[in-house]
Amino acid sequence: MLDGFAALGHATLAALQKLGRAFLFLLATLGGLPALLPRPRLLLKEFFSVGVLSLLIIVVSGLFVGMVLGLQGYVTLSKFGAEESLGVVVALSLVRELGPVVTALLFAGRAGSALTAEIGLMKSTEQLSGMEMMAVDPVKRVIGPRYAAGFLSMPLLAAMFSAVGVLGGYFVGVGIVGVDEGSFWSQMQSGVDWREDVLNGVIKSIVFGFVVSWIAVFEGYDCVPTSEGVSQATTRTVVHSALAVLGLDFVLTGLMFS
Amino acid sequence: MDAHIRIEGVTFYRGDRMIFDDISMEIPRGQITAIMGPSGTGKTTLLRLIGGQLVPNAGHVYVDGQDVAALSRSELYTLRKRMGMLFQSGALLTDLSVFENVAFPLREHTRMGEDMLRDMVLMKLESVGLRGAHALMPAELSGGMARRVALARSIALDPDLIMYDEPFTGLDPITMATIVTLIRRLNDAVGITSLLVSHDIHETLSIADVVYLISEGKVVERGTPDTLSNSNSAWVKQFLQGLPDGPVPFHYPAPSLAEDFLGQRDA
Ligand SMILES: Nc1ncnc2c1ncn2[C@@H]1O[C@H](COP(=O)(O)OP(=O)(O)OP(=O)(O)O)[C@@H](O)[C@H]1O
Ligand SMILES: [Mg+2]
Repeated sequence: MLDGFAALGHATLAALQKLGRAFLFLLATLGGLPALLPRPRLLLKEFFSVGVLSLLIIVVSGLFVGMVLGLQGYVTLSKFGAEESLGVVVALSLVRELGPVVTALLFAGRAGSALTAEIGLMKSTEQLSGMEMMAVDPVKRVIGPRYAAGFLSMPLLAAMFSAVGVLGGYFVGVGIVGVDEGSFWSQMQSGVDWREDVLNGVIKSIVFGFVVSWIAVFEGYDCVPTSEGVSQATTRTVVHSALAVLGLDFVLTGLMFS
Repeated sequence: MDAHIRIEGVTFYRGDRMIFDDISMEIPRGQITAIMGPSGTGKTTLLRLIGGQLVPNAGHVYVDGQDVAALSRSELYTLRKRMGMLFQSGALLTDLSVFENVAFPLREHTRMGEDMLRDMVLMKLESVGLRGAHALMPAELSGGMARRVALARSIALDPDLIMYDEPFTGLDPITMATIVTLIRRLNDAVGITSLLVSHDIHETLSIADVVYLISEGKVVERGTPDTLSNSNSAWVKQFLQGLPDGPVPFHYPAPSLAEDFLGQRDA
């Protein structure tokens, strides 16, 4: 019984310590970002491997999610004779929710896990401590560009996801099940509000980008420098990112649309 | 003769295990000092203490008269720019080519033009015999080649102190002789202070000016290669001649065999 309490206490302390480390690490990372300004090439390189290489999975997923929305939306709406509203339904679901959330989940699996594994391996092969001995701060040189690339690509990827998703909905809705093209687009145009819907969606994806990238680089930097440690850190990145995204989505939705 | 590095009463623990027990050493400037000792005694740990990556539990490490553990981050980095370190594992950056690895410290710390940088890098690679390999990636190198690239990188900024952690392991005899000559030449030509950790007794004794033998957290013996070769101490004799029996511990600290094998089976 007492042992149980002691174990619980230990686990809580360890979790708090890790949270503390994560915050200090975030501060150091953000503090190091201005050092990137004179060296945009470092950022571009990471932007490519984090953002551009995630593009394919984002586009394909966006297309399918949009097509499914088109089908499901049509089936439900046609019961009420409101098929013309299919455009609004597809666009709102994507821009407000599915775009930011699904992108963040895919991003965590595709780019976040890769970031964690890369940084963890650099740690376990002494590349990070080698850099330190060369008087180069790995937080500025390795973490900074990766972190920045992560949170900058997220809103762009989410926008891409939503745009392709709308096209997917259009193919199915207008192309296959035969909703009127004019009302598909015009209803979408009048039903989606810039500030209320689009901007809030963008804010969500910025927040998710910030958090998922933070988790990914921190887990890599903080991992136990062994193969096992790296693999566990990679798993944690995906799990913690998913939980954080879904939890934050609830909170943000509550704040934005209440 | 002034000391480049002065280690005073350093005690260091890894968890509960004592690695150094009130150890004191002096590394003379402009000479080659070798540190030898059984595997796992803490030679790499000692280099990390000197580089400020680890902090002693007690005592001080002075480099150029500065207490390493008391330096601010930026002072420490300034100090490290004048320190080269060759890691036991090489620690090359795996996402950069051989050329870019050697160029790395130059790009980070100097504003050198591209032409001059290229010349510098190729010159450093030439000195370790790998100019031809400049376009390869670290994954395409053998262990010995990787270490030579790492060596070229650690001398890229022309430091005044270099720490070599096992520079000879995995090298063929010819390369080994080249590296030995290179270390000696760096020392004679530009007066670099070299700190050499190695198990290769023959090579080490042939180039070192001063040798420290350490074991179980203490300095066992200090002297020139000659005095050590003629030493009467049973420990020194056994270590230098590589005899299996004698006072040098080969085993990591452990309970007695009987306890481990016959003891509590149910535990
Ligand atoms: N990160 C670490 N955590 C805990 N203990 C460690 C760590 N690194 C090294 N040790 C312990 O410290 C002791 C000294 O290690 P060190 O790497 O300095 O030995 P070494 O003298 O360089 O050995 P070798 O000649 O095999 O390279 C070892 O017994 C090891 O068990
Ligand atoms: Mg070692």
